[in-house]
Amino acid sequence: MPNSASPSTPQEVSLWRRITNQGATAFAVGAAILVLVPLLAIFAYLVIKGIGSVNLAFLTQTPKPPGETGGGMANAIVGTGLILAVSSVIGLPLGIGSGIYLAEYGRNRFGDLIRFTADVLNGVPSIVIGIAVYSLVVVRQKHFSAFSGGVALGIMMIPTIARATEEMLLMVPNVVREAAYGLGIPKWRTTLSISLRTASAGVITGCMLAFARVAGETAPLLFTAFGNQFWNLKLNQPTAALSLQVFTYAISPYDDWHKQAWAGALILILLIVGAVAAVRIVTSRGMLKGGA
Amino acid sequence: MGVGIEVRGLNAWYGKNLSLKSIDMSMAANHVTAVIGPSGCGKSTFVRCLNRMHETIPEARAEGSVKVGEMDVYGAGSDPVEVRRRIGMVFQKPNPFPTMSIYGNVAAGLKLNGFHNRKQMDELVERSLKLAALWEEVKDNLHKKSGASLSGGQQQRLCIARALAVEPEVLLMDEPASALDPISTSKIEELIFQLKQHYTVVIVTHNMQQAARVAEFTGFFLMGSLIEYDKTEKIFTTPADKRTEDYITGRFG
Repeated sequence: MPNSASPSTPQEVSLWRRITNQGATAFAVGAAILVLVPLLAIFAYLVIKGIGSVNLAFLTQTPKPPGETGGGMANAIVGTGLILAVSSVIGLPLGIGSGIYLAEYGRNRFGDLIRFTADVLNGVPSIVIGIAVYSLVVVRQKHFSAFSGGVALGIMMIPTIARATEEMLLMVPNVVREAAYGLGIPKWRTTLSISLRTASAGVITGCMLAFARVAGETAPLLFTAFGNQFWNLKLNQPTAALSLQVFTYAISPYDDWHKQAWAGALILILLIVGAVAAVRIVTSRGMLKGGA
Repeated sequence: MGVGIEVRGLNAWYGKNLSLKSIDMSMAANHVTAVIGPSGCGKSTFVRCLNRMHETIPEARAEGSVKVGEMDVYGAGSDPVEVRRRIGMVFQKPNPFPTMSIYGNVAAGLKLNGFHNRKQMDELVERSLKLAALWEEVKDNLHKKSGASLSGGQQQRLCIARALAVEPEVLLMDEPASALDPISTSKIEELIFQLKQHYTVVIVTHNMQQAARVAEFTGFFLMGSLIEYDKTEKIFTTPADKRTEDYITGRFG
């Protein structure tokens, strides 16, 4: 059988192609499933371990003193919200703003410097950011606070959001900007109302990734927000956070606290998923048929 | 009503590269003027200089005198943003704003220039879409459908409507039909014929038949210079310059 191994025989080619095609598809599907496995495993384990301790008391009460059973993490849930609100107020405008600068004005040395700085900042261990904020904010204010925790997390959000915003804006075709300039729309207006709007889906994804990443951070909060066994709604007071509470309870010697730590971790994940999903739903509502 | 355009001694550079060499050209009000020439001859650069779009490219600059009606485009104190508002532009590739509805696209130039009267805006959007011969096709989906969901030819007419909505005096078209099929192209050409009642139109085209069909005057560009500029009929039947004749008879370009 001459030429049987040659790829020029049509049937041979199609067989080989079918095999590689199906092989590649199987690989891609397998990879996707492998990605899902750890996520689902973690979530399932959290549910199994934690769901038994999630009850009304857990969601509405503050922690009981060591040794007593019962109580909850209501103050930590609220505290996490408070700290994340501060971090978003800092991280979103600074991150999106510097991303806009990098994409629309930053084709120069200064832009390169900011890009490099952002990438380095992204790699700085979170506990280092915690120490820095401790010495810059906490030491000066002379007490731990929700504000300083928010500052630490906000700083961590900036580089992720900045680079995501830059990448998404660079993906907006230049002809779209030209269309706006051609209508006599000033550059700043074009950037905010045309380019950023066109890139909004990607920018929002970047913001959500940054948000979800810092929402579970513990290390930078250890010596900034510090934690609190009681209710606190003031920005300048030590504040409980779910991640801190989980950490404290998990390393404690009490069995009841261990259970509550699992429950706290479960609630933390659910809150993050809920927040991300809510933003997705709200932002996709404004999108049009056939729009990008 | 359209206004005339007077270009005197216009030079344009990309970096150190001189790509338009002292162009003198006058375009009559309410007429269509075509600009033809081989690729890279500077015809796009030329129309982009008329509304100061040229200088939005990094390191690009232009010098000389361009008068559009009473407006001195390159005069001291002339604001490029204002210039572009009064001189509309349609680009080679349809470029609707992808996240905006059909209505939003047409209204964008008004809204983002601080115009907020809803009733007047509705009227302007309808008028512009009618002028661009798109109204009948989209009137039921103005707010529901995105501009990007239309066909290529419809998108280009949407872009024309968008340019008309800000009520310019001149309309520049940079190869507006080169990305379109023949049916869409003929629609755009009919439209250009209608538009000259209200506007002065300058159209860059690769397609010489198109120039012959739509334009009263035609300018032939070669290597950054205006070689010949005359009535379209004259250019295509008895050109004065040998190079023009070579080009229109297909000997190069």
